[in-house]
Amino acid sequence: MTETAVETGRFTYPVTVTVNGAAHSVEIETRLLLVHFLRETLGLTGTHIGCDTTSCGACTVLLDGTPVKSCTMLAVQADGHELTTVEGLAPAGGLSPVQEGFHEEHGLQCGFCTPGMMLTATALLAENPDPSEEEIRWALSGQICRCTGYQNIVKAVQYAAAKGKEG
Amino acid sequence: MAVSEEQVIRGVGHSVKRFEDGRFIRGRGNYFDDITLPGMLHLEFLRSPLAHARINGIDTSRAEAVPGVVAVVTGELLAQHNLAWMPTLSGDTQAVLATDKVRFQGQEVAAVIAESAYIAKDACELIDVDYEPLEAVTSPQQALAEGAPVIRDEKEGQTSNHIYDWEAGDKTATDHAFAEADKVVSLDTFYPRCHPAPLECCGCVADVDPATGKTTIYMTSQAPHAHRTLFALVAGIPEHKIRIISPDLGGGFGNKVPIYPGYVVATAASLLIGRPVKWVEDRTGNLISTGFARDYHMHGELALKEGRITGLRVNMLSDNGAFFADAQPTICKAGLFHIVTGSYDIPAAHVETEGAYTNKAPGGVAYRCSFRVTEASYLIERLVQNAAYELGVDPADFRKQNFIKPEQFPYKSATGFEYDSGDYGAAMEKTLEMLGYDDLRREQAEARAEGRLIGIGLASFTEVVGAGHGAEYKIAGLRMNDGAELRIHPTGKAVLKLSVKSQGQGHETTFAQIVAEELGLQPEDVEVQEGDTDHTPYGLGTYASRSTPVSGAATAMVSRRIRAKAQKIAAHLLEASEEDLEWQQGKFVVKGAPEKSTTIQDIAFAAYTNIPEGMEGGLEGVYYYDPPNMTFPFGTYAVVVEIDRGTGAWKVLRCVAVDDCGVRINPMIVEGQIMGGLTEGFAIAAMELIDFDEEGNCIGANLMDYLIPTAWETPKFELGETVTPSPHHPLGAKGVGESATVGAPAAFVNAVVDALAYAGVRNLEMPVTSDKVWAALQEAGLAE
Repeated sequence: MTETAVETGRFTYPVTVTVNGAAHSVEIETRLLLVHFLRETLGLTGTHIGCDTTSCGACTVLLDGTPVKSCTMLAVQADGHELTTVEGLAPAGGLSPVQEGFHEEHGLQCGFCTPGMMLTATALLAENPDPSEEEIRWALSGQICRCTGYQNIVKAVQYAAAKGKEG
Repeated sequence: MAVSEEQVIRGVGHSVKRFEDGRFIRGRGNYFDDITLPGMLHLEFLRSPLAHARINGIDTSRAEAVPGVVAVVTGELLAQHNLAWMPTLSGDTQAVLATDKVRFQGQEVAAVIAESAYIAKDACELIDVDYEPLEAVTSPQQALAEGAPVIRDEKEGQTSNHIYDWEAGDKTATDHAFAEADKVVSLDTFYPRCHPAPLECCGCVADVDPATGKTTIYMTSQAPHAHRTLFALVAGIPEHKIRIISPDLGGGFGNKVPIYPGYVVATAASLLIGRPVKWVEDRTGNLISTGFARDYHMHGELALKEGRITGLRVNMLSDNGAFFADAQPTICKAGLFHIVTGSYDIPAAHVETEGAYTNKAPGGVAYRCSFRVTEASYLIERLVQNAAYELGVDPADFRKQNFIKPEQFPYKSATGFEYDSGDYGAAMEKTLEMLGYDDLRREQAEARAEGRLIGIGLASFTEVVGAGHGAEYKIAGLRMNDGAELRIHPTGKAVLKLSVKSQGQGHETTFAQIVAEELGLQPEDVEVQEGDTDHTPYGLGTYASRSTPVSGAATAMVSRRIRAKAQKIAAHLLEASEEDLEWQQGKFVVKGAPEKSTTIQDIAFAAYTNIPEGMEGGLEGVYYYDPPNMTFPFGTYAVVVEIDRGTGAWKVLRCVAVDDCGVRINPMIVEGQIMGGLTEGFAIAAMELIDFDEEGNCIGANLMDYLIPTAWETPKFELGETVTPSPHHPLGAKGVGESATVGAPAAFVNAVVDALAYAGVRNLEMPVTSDKVWAALQEAGLAE
């Protein structure tokens, strides 16, 4: 019987990743998923796992400002890149307009999809500060929420957009 | 004493922004998978690839040899500890790990306990199981046919796949109504298997302390107290040595009511190994092995006489999967399905139900519904709509004509419920007005003349929630009651401890508002705690829209009990007699002397510093609420769709939902619940499906195949309300978390059928996918 990779040993690789502004240089298993690197290696448990198949978006983080689903990306692929997770959204002592919008417009219930939703919304507003409802819904179409029915999430993003205009 | 500054107490009726939001929007929620304990091991399951097979042997030697693997657990090992089987919530047994046979695809066969989840997964692939395939039974009709293989052949005396027969109502009276009818309308329909699929899957961290024997289980539980008792009974661990902590839950929708093998194996492994063990279910495991919903094959008939419904006859065949693990009160084998007479004054009804084992996952849970109410609501609302077509009358008018009238409440239904209150006509009128119903019917006719297919679907649902009166409603022998414990601290701040458990419903805000309303504290001054069985009062938990009807009532009652004691202290402080005091929100005032008053904060301080001689100190209490009846929320939903004749695709143009859940404690949260429920109702009507091929392979085993709508597919909602308080609930509230999922599917399906009804179409099966509509268009000669 041939031996499998697991019986013969595992491979590791050194990576340097900047997460929420802080650089981390770590030797990790090459097959380690990015979401596990964030949650377990770095202890940033705000990023969640909902489906394992890139469908639900609970694990969404920003890679150099672009939303990616960290459950189907290897941590080694993030080597040399900058990541933002939910823990990096709030400015010191406050909330970002998107975070504030989710609270003000009741854009969350169980909170499990919320980090991914907020990061995707943040990326949208960075690119398009004044999106239409249709553009918001399309931008969020890679994220699943089981609780809210999305209407208040859309309002939360609109709140953040309006706040952005004021600021 | 100075009169406190007047301020509005934000109690019942205020849209207080949620207190729980702060941690979630910062990524600081505390879900079970966020918990890491020192020395923690990881559990991964090997699941059966086959739906039905005999196990001739399991070789775990290669898996055990993998570095980092601590143990491989099989059913044989569990059997040595009498844990290979466990009781279900419906009084059946369920395999924890398979021993003799596997009975559904995805069943847990063995578990690897390892230093990391990755190693555990690797090792699972190295377990060799010798399966002898058996014929798979994939429908209840097949299960009950002559010569079908007996799935539960391990049960003594079990010679078929029949589980139960259960009936409600009066057969003779119903037969008579049908004999006298001038028209009978019938419908055969299948409410397919779907899955609650909360975004967070199930899991736990089990931590048995070898030094003290204390078993702490952080688990995804909607009913932590009931689960503690069941653990004590099943595993023989003394109940005070078990502590269940249900931390933040990423949704539940009924999926986190049952006890699953993962909790049991992780706990047993922690006990045997002496280290904490974490089990994290993956999405496929969640969809193929944990509590599914529905799977009811239904036949309904309405007896009609002079435009009135005079009788209802229902036969229902239930597909329960390999183990009868439905989560429901013990007296009702088909849950509360006998609410099937709905919002209508039907003098005679008879409901016959039968359940069967199949080679599918067990666990008929109520996916955002109170024990099979959604199946019942779907059937009656589809039947009523079809009856209107057959009689050639407007579906709204037909409903209005047959509604139970406001003056008939409390209303005794033909299947034995006593409806507490309702005004169905008012909710209907409000919906029609918001919709512009008459104009829409005109537009529908005009569009049809232009070759466009528009449909208007209605559903006037009635729910039965808040189970229930403890003498009648029990699960595993436990009365369906719930508790609230309230402590007022010396400085007038409070802690409220509840037996229910939020999965996102906003308990930390809503229940604080109940205390605010009753005691005049601001809701910010009340911290709500739930989920930890060592520190909260006993109760059966959150499902079936129970929290507000039961623990909400308990909260109001314990607050009133504390207010009664506060009055005695106030009398002492004001040197007045108790009878001379009047309660105004937040203070006691001497009647006729408004300058003489004392606030609840002053009283709280006095409770610990200055009480009358002979009085027991402190200001706290506990109340266990036994509901005198269930509550009956209702509403009318309307959906407008347009069908694309070229593809069969249908698009929602409008969705109007008028709900009456009695008094609304936090209107913002209530509306949030309704929109979420409407979305899940839409999802079930349009796309969610757990299906199986004839070998019992699950189709719908991940979120690429089990379709859940995103913001892009989900329609926009227009909400309205009427308020008919519950006469027996202390606050007049009824519960609302599930109303929309109960009412919505029929409204969506009725809308699509309505677009085609003029061409004779009377039924489309859920999920109403475009291929089914396309086939109907073809058959009706309407396809483009």
